[in-house]
Amino acid sequence: MLRPFDSLPRRGRGPLWRDPAARALVFQVLLLIGLASVIGLLVHNTLQNLDARGINTGFDFLDNRAGFSISQTLISYDGNSTYGRTFVIGLLNTLLVSALGIVAATIIGFTVGIARLSPNYLLAKLATVYVELFRNIPLLLQILFWYIAVIRSMPSPRQSLSLGDMVFLNGRGLFVPAPEPQTGFWFSVAALLAGSVAAMLMARHNRQRQSRTGRRLPMGWIIPALVLGLPVMVFLVSGSPLQWDVPALKGFNFSGGLTVLPELLALWIALSIYTAAFIAEIVRSGIQSVPKGQTEAARALSLPPRLTMNQVIIPQAMRVIIPQMTSQYLNLIKNSSLATAIGYPDLVAVFAGTTLNQVGQSVEIMAMTMAVYLVLSLLVSLLMNIYNARTALRER
Amino acid sequence: MGSVQTTSSDIPMIELQRLNKWYGEFHVLRDIDLTVRKGERIVICGPSGSGKSTMIRCINHLEEHQAGDVIVNGITMTRDVKRVEQIRRHVGMVFQHFNLFPHLSVLDNCCLSPVWVKKTPRKKAVDTAMMYLERVKIADQAHKYPGQLSGGQQQRVAIARSLCMHPDVMLFDEPTSALDPEMIKEVLDVMIELAEEGMTMLCVTHEMGFARTVADRVIFMDEGQIIEENDPETFFNHPRSPRTRAFLGQILGH
Repeated sequence: MLRPFDSLPRRGRGPLWRDPAARALVFQVLLLIGLASVIGLLVHNTLQNLDARGINTGFDFLDNRAGFSISQTLISYDGNSTYGRTFVIGLLNTLLVSALGIVAATIIGFTVGIARLSPNYLLAKLATVYVELFRNIPLLLQILFWYIAVIRSMPSPRQSLSLGDMVFLNGRGLFVPAPEPQTGFWFSVAALLAGSVAAMLMARHNRQRQSRTGRRLPMGWIIPALVLGLPVMVFLVSGSPLQWDVPALKGFNFSGGLTVLPELLALWIALSIYTAAFIAEIVRSGIQSVPKGQTEAARALSLPPRLTMNQVIIPQAMRVIIPQMTSQYLNLIKNSSLATAIGYPDLVAVFAGTTLNQVGQSVEIMAMTMAVYLVLSLLVSLLMNIYNARTALRER
Repeated sequence: MGSVQTTSSDIPMIELQRLNKWYGEFHVLRDIDLTVRKGERIVICGPSGSGKSTMIRCINHLEEHQAGDVIVNGITMTRDVKRVEQIRRHVGMVFQHFNLFPHLSVLDNCCLSPVWVKKTPRKKAVDTAMMYLERVKIADQAHKYPGQLSGGQQQRVAIARSLCMHPDVMLFDEPTSALDPEMIKEVLDVMIELAEEGMTMLCVTHEMGFARTVADRVIFMDEGQIIEENDPETFFNHPRSPRTRAFLGQILGH
């Protein structure tokens, strides 16, 4: 007669290699040792190679004189600045185009996404065409298109497109008047701050007032009056202490004013339009993910369409939208490194390009550049996760 | 509102006159004529696809009819957005799948429309909401979220949410069809209580026990038409139409 349990002792834990927890621990330790050896080998090998070729290691080069010029510098920079400075310049340029891109892509994306769901046939179809057109053409091509075919093909400075002889657009970029604050201007800035604080207090007061009496103050008038009206009044009373440096045609080009480089313009437009096509789809799917019953319940409670959208649909759509928006923002930041293709001086072009060519310390420079994108991405993720956690639904 | 004790009177609360509706080629509602007086309790039954839900959804314009008239409290329904919103203020609705707002607490579900649409002071809206939540015996859950409640509890919240707008009529669209059997009773009890207080009610339901106890009239619909309309006693014991008999045989027979 067969006795199936004969091979097992009546009690006891059995040998260690049959315990899943012990096995898992052993495998993890082995993996860690393996990983450490590979990294160690790589580092050792690299150091040896660098040493053999007489290449310096370490970050001392950051203090050396760079000696090349950069077309767009948000902080002061000249040929005598250090390589460390070129890093900061490149980083700021990357941040600038990313921030501009994120703002524009979000606005265009939400507009197109909502338009796709519009009952207006023409509007919905136009939005569909927009999405299908721009998300299906490679981004690099779009950047080149905007740069070469649109902006660089603008007329020469003499035939600039102009807006009231203040703003000029030509093949060399966009020229806008630059504000030059005079003494006393800070009164207006202080008024703006005071007005904003007052507006926030008013908004809070209004919420309490609505809680108490059910009526809302006409905030649509009060907030602009406080935020804009107050500083404008102070500005006028203090004798308009702000002058504009208007760009003017001198010789072959404009001088004075603020110049937006054609590279920045092209990159900004391309990044915004490309990313907006994806954001539009995310917004559409987010809104459509809210069950139809929610709209019906809101309508049955006689909520008008705008309130239904703001109070019922959008808050629920956001939990679908936010995680996907995060990855689009990250894509935009990373895609901004395609700037190199048209010579916009972003971090990759300036630091991982020119600086690397001059210094030759590829390991350090590549590591720093990659670390920047990693840190930026993690920061954006963190912010979006915090926002997402605050809007998450509570269940069980 | 609930304290007003009215019995069936002759003020027409809802009038449907030769109501017709098509979904494309499909004729969902055919020449529906129905008058509901103030305080009347009406139960509508019929096989699925017979147009009963569509009919009551026309009353608050969740569905648009193509011919005929819907008149609520003397006001004729048109497409005019303001008019539709005015009528909806007086018509409460409870759905099969509750449709509570999952991102708002039970209390905020009840206060949303009073605060934003009726401009009720929030404190007053909260008091009203708590009063109705108390009546549907769920006040202790006021600060929970819909996802934390059972189906029966959610449906009772949905009823309270509608009542917070002080409606003159309540529409129930299969309020117990999505519930587990042991939760049906708690919802029906609330509905019976509401009926006893004199609320004008139109209920699409297959709960025939509820129809017998509460209804003033039972309506049987099939293929978009009202086939038979009678007081519960006659309706259940002496149905005239063979189609009614067949339907009753099916749902009561086992």
